[in-house]
Amino acid sequence: LDRVGDGLFHVVTAGAAVLCIVVVGAIVWKVFDLASLAISYNGLHFFTTTVWDPVHNHYGALLFLYGTAVTSFVALLVATPLSIAIGLYLSELAPRGVRGIIASLVEMLAAVPSVVLGLWGILVLGPFMAQHVDPVLHDTLGFLPMFSGEVGQNGLSLITAVAILTIMIVPIVSSISRELFLQVPNDLEEGAFALGATRWEMVRGVILPSARSGIAAAMILGLGRALGEAIAVTQVIGGATAFHSSWFAPADTLASKVAGNYQSASTKLEASSLIYLAAILLVIGLVVNVIAQIIVRRFDPTRAK
Amino acid sequence: MSAVGPDVNLRPGGRLRRRRIVNRIMETLGTLAALLAVAVLVIVVVSVIRRGAPSLSWHFLTSEPNLFGGPGGGISNAIVGTAIIVGVATAIALPVGVAAAIYLTEFAPKRIVVPVQVVIDVLAGLPTIVVGVFIYGLLVVGHQQSGLAGSIALSIVMLPLVARAAQEVLLIVPGSLREASLALGVSRWRTVLGVILPTAFGGIVTGAVLAVARAAGETAPLLFTTSIFSNAVSTDISHAMPNIPVLIFIYSEQPDAALHQDAWAAALVLIAFVLVASLCARALLARSRRKLGR
Repeated sequence: LDRVGDGLFHVVTAGAAVLCIVVVGAIVWKVFDLASLAISYNGLHFFTTTVWDPVHNHYGALLFLYGTAVTSFVALLVATPLSIAIGLYLSELAPRGVRGIIASLVEMLAAVPSVVLGLWGILVLGPFMAQHVDPVLHDTLGFLPMFSGEVGQNGLSLITAVAILTIMIVPIVSSISRELFLQVPNDLEEGAFALGATRWEMVRGVILPSARSGIAAAMILGLGRALGEAIAVTQVIGGATAFHSSWFAPADTLASKVAGNYQSASTKLEASSLIYLAAILLVIGLVVNVIAQIIVRRFDPTRAK
Repeated sequence: MSAVGPDVNLRPGGRLRRRRIVNRIMETLGTLAALLAVAVLVIVVVSVIRRGAPSLSWHFLTSEPNLFGGPGGGISNAIVGTAIIVGVATAIALPVGVAAAIYLTEFAPKRIVVPVQVVIDVLAGLPTIVVGVFIYGLLVVGHQQSGLAGSIALSIVMLPLVARAAQEVLLIVPGSLREASLALGVSRWRTVLGVILPTAFGGIVTGAVLAVARAAGETAPLLFTTSIFSNAVSTDISHAMPNIPVLIFIYSEQPDAALHQDAWAAALVLIAFVLVASLCARALLARSRRKLGR
């Protein structure tokens, strides 16, 4: 009985592991299967067309690729220094007593469901941005094309989406950075102090260099999260009909276009074209995550020793 | 001749002073960044409470929405629906995730472990809306939306979280326990079920609770699978079921202030559940860590 049990147990658990792999494979297959109609109809032209006109069956992804790229990269650009600073504070600066509490609070921010953050984004952050933040940006940086446009009423705009995405990825990147900084060997830190370095010099000379690749991986994971976030972005970005260089104007990302038009698709081709967008998102998501995993595994500081 | 020592000035000057000032500035910036993150959390939570609490009542939690979407209704349909959808999703994801973790820690040869882990981590990082589209294509096209489709979509979101958490705690179960059991002639599978899993139980529950908290707030996988629902309480998972995240999403996109009010109250219910669940998970984790001597 024991031998049978062992064999069976081995097979069942292996089956569960295989199932995880099958799921990923099935996702890729099914999404491309659903998109195949649009892929054969639109072809690669899809990537260079900005028009999305279901009435005349013109579909293009360029507008949404642009929206995805700008929102994600700008959010990452804002979030990275903030997150590194938070990670440093939590690992080096914070008094022992509050360290755990603040770390928990930052992680709680990651637990807030995106739909709740989006609701807050529409009704609180959007109006706040439109009244207080956007005008300031417009006045001080108005010579730049992205800040030169007219400021909207309700704040449903690309820049509000950037703000929401920043809020979503800061807790992710900062808790990974904190772990990385805590793993830096104490001897190195103390060595730097013994040489008379100030705390900042120790951070710059010891901690940041040894956590560099980990920070890169954390950034890529944050980027993956930002690229794929559908719900909160759909709620605050407003929906684009045409290209605007201004960040104060509504826009759309791949994910928000799919999430926002899920029910209104009236023809098979339109539905398939929406799923084509999802397929692009899937490929981007796969690439980004695989890259992050490779970096994490190659430079894992716990295994490097 | 008096012994005059070299003129030592112990007050920092010049370079040292600048270095100290830079240090002070950087420390302040770090502190400010952390305060900012905490402030955002507080602002979000406080605005949800302030706007949601007034319309939160026993009536709101236990009655169905009004037929034509007017004010004064409740969200009992969505609460029941979310509970069932997430419950079924957990029932799928938990056994599969734990089994996969057991395979990776107890049976798998080394060169298989890493690729499988990478796949699981990649699955965790995939945009959840893609998972929704996948289940839509698999179960909804040609059929209809159903609570079950929503559950399966959520279980795919939960699976990597559960597997990862279970694997991490299985790895810290002391090898001596395993060896002691095997040395007594206990077979492999009974060692796992009788010794290892009970030891790792707390950690696995923590992982499960965190996954449930995450799944309860997931909207994107449900948009395509169970979003066109009626106002009535329904327990039939073969049809589309109302649920809290999609309800908040739909209400938030409407221009109607009364619906916004309901959305805030529903958000308060959701956020309270999620935050309490994560707090419990954290407490559980601390306890099981202590038990395992870590």
